[in-house]
Amino acid sequence: MNKNVITLALASFSLAACVTINIYFPAAATEKAADKIIDEVWQTPKPEQPANSETRPADNNTQKETK
Amino acid sequence: MKSLIKLAALLLALSFAAASWAAADIEINTPGVVALTQSMQARYAQLASHYASGAVGLTADGFIAVHDASAVPLAERQAVNALVAAENHDRKALYSEIARANGHPEWADDIRNTFAQRWILRAQAGWWIQGPKGWVKK
Repeated sequence: MNKNVITLALASFSLAACVTINIYFPAAATEKAADKIIDEVWQTPKPEQPANSETRPADNNTQKETK
Repeated sequence: MKSLIKLAALLLALSFAAASWAAADIEINTPGVVALTQSMQARYAQLASHYASGAVGLTADGFIAVHDASAVPLAERQAVNALVAAENHDRKALYSEIARANGHPEWADDIRNTFAQRWILRAQAGWWIQGPKGWVKK
């Protein structure tokens, strides 16, 4: 019985922790978003018209670390 | 034994929760953000040579500043100042617009700090960057 209570307490605590975490600033997602915008502003990958909607729709998020 | 199973279930639930948290995204596809990005992109055509010459550098707080005015002919300095001011105006608006678009206006400073690091990290070699000990050439 006691263990059940402890498990329940732990579960509810971790659930609460997750809910709380969501309110914190999402640093990693913001880094990705920042890189995307910086790519556009500085035209980083190609000197002329990267045409980001055509050529690299999915690559945008995964290639960050290669540069 | 039972408690072990419970622990495993708990860990599983936790990892799911963590996964859903990791998927949390930052919205940047708003008209405001797009417009500011395009405005900055257009301005970069004029700023690029000033970054390269060292006339303008990146500051540690997510903005740009005149680093070496003597790299620009006297007649052009006013224009460079105006470019820097306009760029900083856009950047400030960009940081608060992203924060606002994501429902957390209070994130603007965190967003600015994140951008500050990324601008500097992605800057081209030879550009001037404001570090903790002053200006350095990347």
